[in-house]
Amino acid sequence: MTSAIEVQDLVVERGKRRVLHGLTFAIPRGSVTGLLGPSGSGKTTLMRAIVGVQVVKSGSITVLGEPAGSAPLRRKVGYLTQAPSVYADLTVRENARYFAALYGYDAAIADRAIADVGLAKAAKQLVGTLSGGQRSRASLACAIMGEPELLVLDEPTVGQDPVLRDDLWKQFNDLAGKGATILVSSHVMDEAGRCERLLLIREGTLIADDTPAAVRAAAGTDDLDEAFLRLIRAQAVAA
Amino acid sequence: MSVRILGATIVRILRQLLHDPRTIGMLIVVPALLLALLYFMYDDQPAVFDRIALVMLGVFPFVIMFLVTSIAMLRERTTGTLERLLTTPLGKLDLLFGYGIAFGIAAAVQASVAAALAYWLFDLDTAGSSWLVILIAVTNAVLGVALGLFCSAFARTEFQAVQFMPVVAVPQILLCGLFVSREQMAGWLEAISNVLPLSYAVEALQQVGANAEPTATLWRDVGIVGGCVVVALVLAAATLRRRTA
Repeated sequence: MTSAIEVQDLVVERGKRRVLHGLTFAIPRGSVTGLLGPSGSGKTTLMRAIVGVQVVKSGSITVLGEPAGSAPLRRKVGYLTQAPSVYADLTVRENARYFAALYGYDAAIADRAIADVGLAKAAKQLVGTLSGGQRSRASLACAIMGEPELLVLDEPTVGQDPVLRDDLWKQFNDLAGKGATILVSSHVMDEAGRCERLLLIREGTLIADDTPAAVRAAAGTDDLDEAFLRLIRAQAVAA
Repeated sequence: MSVRILGATIVRILRQLLHDPRTIGMLIVVPALLLALLYFMYDDQPAVFDRIALVMLGVFPFVIMFLVTSIAMLRERTTGTLERLLTTPLGKLDLLFGYGIAFGIAAAVQASVAAALAYWLFDLDTAGSSWLVILIAVTNAVLGVALGLFCSAFARTEFQAVQFMPVVAVPQILLCGLFVSREQMAGWLEAISNVLPLSYAVEALQQVGANAEPTATLWRDVGIVGGCVVVALVLAAATLRRRTA
């Protein structure tokens, strides 16, 4: 089984609105896949469905060979929410050690995750007193710790400076090199160039599922920003 | 459910409390202040003070822990930490019992301080032992926690959660036998009172007030309150959904 994630005809409705319209795709193991699309296109909903916290209308999602959200997956999947979801009234270290305890990791792994996101100096600070970017990184530390088999990251680099962004992407690629599968959502197109595969989503449908090179070729431009715009407009015209 | 995860959750919740000295201060000082108020209100009627303060030692922890727990649980929902926790190996019971035990410990501290002050400073007089009073007060606090966990499922915001207090806590206070003795209530009111857990907690306290030795009624009442805690926690677990729309 070479797919980390297999999605088949996934339909998700939130309230009366259909957010995902029958998505079908597969993400191979050990790859870095970018999930890109305008805001409101369903990226977060798709990620929530993959980690098993989204009510699904129909269709199937298989993650690492098991149905999405099943108990054995919970220790293999790291999830980062879009808004930082760490405890503002605990220090960075206390947050990390709590999540480490949930997964059964020791304190050393928690501390290494904190260092990996560049918060070693701020480890003893209350998360509520951190800047927005630091808080996002504290949240990220709790997702990447222990090198999970699958990392689902919802906009992990938003609000970070270019140096830090570069550093984080190196780490994502390192983890993928060791066999982890990474699904990253982003608005920032030059990050799309660092992914092996791209999933472009607009209004709940996939408009591209290919490598960055193929997307560039299909759109007829080297700039991924421009490529994405052309693909969206082409689809809007066709619709 | 895992002992390791439950233990880590209890420690985490207590650490959150420890980082909040203002809350700790209020949890410990407010019941004492309210008791002082009662003491001065019934300055020349020590028997009435004994009757009311004893019941209040059970009611204050219930009300305070109900509020604190609903808000704490709502905060987990609104900040997204609850959703994140549900993608980890943490089980629902780990979280619910974690809150029950952690806030139970906080309530034990609160009840002990309030009882100590009531007995030593305000000359509270009961026929039975003060340890029984503390035990019932802590059981009551845990009831407040369990009901708070359950009711937080029906609120989307802290604003709504706070408004559950007049719905859940105040009727129980009015009908528990403090204002009007339960036998003297109209039949239908007494029937309602009979299904409210706080009525049994208050009756247990009144048993301690009147009898030197613990009575069978006392243990029965404590058992009923304990049973209500379990039911509330089971209902809270049922309403805690991993998948949301």
